[in-house]
Amino acid sequence: MSTLVIAEHDNASLKAATLNAVTAAQALGADIDVLVAGANCGAAADEAAKIAGVGKVLVADNAAYEHQLAENVSLLVAEVGGAYDNIVAPATSNGKNTMPRVAALLDVAQISDIISVESADTFKRPIYAGNVIATVQSSDAKKVITVRTTAFDAAPAEGGSAAVEAVGAAHDAGISSFVGEEVAVSDRPELTSASIVISGGRGMQNGENFTLLEAVADKLGAAIGASRAAVDAGFVPNDMQVGQTGKIVAPDLYIAVGISGAIQHLAGMKDSKVIVAINKDEDAPIFQVADYGLVADLFEALPELSSSL
Amino acid sequence: MKVLVAVKRVVDYNVKVRAKADGSDVDLNNVKMAINPFCEIAVEEAVRLKEAGVATEVVAVSIGDKSCQEQIRTALALGADRGIQVETEGSVEPLVVAKLLKGVVEKEQPQLVILGKQSIDGDNNQTGQMLGALTGMAQGTFASEVAVDGDKVNVTREIDGGLQTVGLNLPAIVTTDLRLNEPRYASLPNIMKAKKKPLDVFTPADLGVEVTSHLTTLKVEPPAERQAGIKVESVADLVDKLKNEAKVI
Ligand SMILES: Cc1cc2nc3c(=O)[nH]c(=O)nc-3n(C[C@H](O)[C@H](O)[C@H](O)COP(=O)(O)OP(=O)(O)OC[C@H]3O[C@@H](n4cnc5c(N)ncnc54)[C@H](O)[C@@H]3O)c2cc1C
Ligand SMILES: Nc1ncnc2c1ncn2[C@@H]1O[C@H](COP(=O)(O)O)[C@@H](O)[C@H]1O
Repeated sequence: MSTLVIAEHDNASLKAATLNAVTAAQALGADIDVLVAGANCGAAADEAAKIAGVGKVLVADNAAYEHQLAENVSLLVAEVGGAYDNIVAPATSNGKNTMPRVAALLDVAQISDIISVESADTFKRPIYAGNVIATVQSSDAKKVITVRTTAFDAAPAEGGSAAVEAVGAAHDAGISSFVGEEVAVSDRPELTSASIVISGGRGMQNGENFTLLEAVADKLGAAIGASRAAVDAGFVPNDMQVGQTGKIVAPDLYIAVGISGAIQHLAGMKDSKVIVAINKDEDAPIFQVADYGLVADLFEALPELSSSL
Repeated sequence: MKVLVAVKRVVDYNVKVRAKADGSDVDLNNVKMAINPFCEIAVEEAVRLKEAGVATEVVAVSIGDKSCQEQIRTALALGADRGIQVETEGSVEPLVVAKLLKGVVEKEQPQLVILGKQSIDGDNNQTGQMLGALTGMAQGTFASEVAVDGDKVNVTREIDGGLQTVGLNLPAIVTTDLRLNEPRYASLPNIMKAKKKPLDVFTPADLGVEVTSHLTTLKVEPPAERQAGIKVESVADLVDKLKNEAKVI
């Protein structure tokens, strides 16, 4: 048995999500190769070669793959993946974008967002916003899988010494192009891999008030997240959204401030180790999942919190 | 240009779904059903394209048993011109949905197909991308802005790091994210009018598709329950608990 893991990277460096996908791949019990598709992505490939447990790193270095356009990358993955029993990618926006295309090209189902590997063909995955966990069995000979990164530990980034091999296959479907991007730059830890996350909701009232969260985040080295209501109201950008349809996080500590606790929000954070809720409404549903609940006005609690840390 | 919109019948997003005691399935008895929220956004986008003079016709398609005609009627009440139901028994997997939609695309030849990014029951996030692969069309997934320009469409996408804009050749596929638009409410007169709009029914065989199954659900169960927490009295109390009891800061 063999498994191909699709690396998440920005050409210059490997993203942590790749490490979680490798751990999920290990649970499948097969040999693991990693595919790095990009342009001038040698540095990312070298990093992938150091991951413990990786047999071989395949690098497809071509301008057509620079921006991970799904139309191009899926053709590559379907071709290279043809030789493997499993194709695994993290359920990041890239993985979600490309992998179903790969599955359809190979005429197999995709198993989305798995949280555990029960056996080589049986997996657990949350459905209905995580209100239910389904155990599903695949009858496909080849399995295309995306992995919920928070459910698998990161494989050690160092310790391996895989061979790096170039893949010639150049696929440019010629039907899509990259126009531009607006990527948020932040010195804070990445939301999905931070060990502490503090999120604000509609209760924050406006974007300026997020500086109150920042003050606490600075003290704790935390990432900052938000509810959809806060994103919708334009307080903060979309990449900060935590939830069923945003990012899934499971830090050691999650602090929800001015967030009511709708099921769609809980779906994205209820696997956090310790949950703190600060809300002025003592009946807010967020308190049902909080280990420590503080009924208070956030405009008083946050300054006090940052000064006492 | 013609726009095809795929709408799915799902449990209303306010319902907290539970697993049946025997773990065989989720309990959907007497549960409120609705159009998938992302599909509603897809319909709204298509209707806005028509109102802007970009689209000439909006066709809403749903795959499922007869009850999904309700969601097609909702789409018609929101402004779609005509409906298509592909009659299937029970729920079908995204790959099969994509094959059936491909059949409809071949019949209808739309320039744009708009789907939701994700159905909120299965949380699959697959169908639009699969349809893209099967039809060889380009895809703009998780769209927060759609701008048709001649024989191209620019789609702004919500990605992990922020926003990305891609340019796609038409015909193309778009899957909607929540911020693409805010769907309107159907007015009573429009709900009445929708009852008279045409709705065709096809079988998978009409579209040359065999309904297969690649995945079997062995069981469904509730997620691990969290231990009940406590209320703390003050910020000082909270900091003390986090430091000395939970030891997370
Ligand atoms: C298809 C779909 C997908 C969705 N996906 C997501 C998702 O991924 N993530 C997500 O978050 N939501 C999602 N939602 C939205 C979700 O249903 C809720 O609407 C949203 O999470 C509410 O955000 P909120 O808690 O910030 O706002 P509200 O529910 O308005 O809560 C605000 C809270 O702030 C408290 N508050 C106000 N002022 C103060 C103060 N001064 N001090 C302390 N507390 C205060 C209030 O008591 C209240 O509890 C989705 C919805 C749909 C339909
Ligand atoms: N049975 C169905 N009928 C019509 N459209 C569907 C169906 N299933 C999925 N879709 C479309 O595909 C989108 C994504 O669904 P999914 O891949 O299941 O998450 C939905 O928002 C719909 O637009």
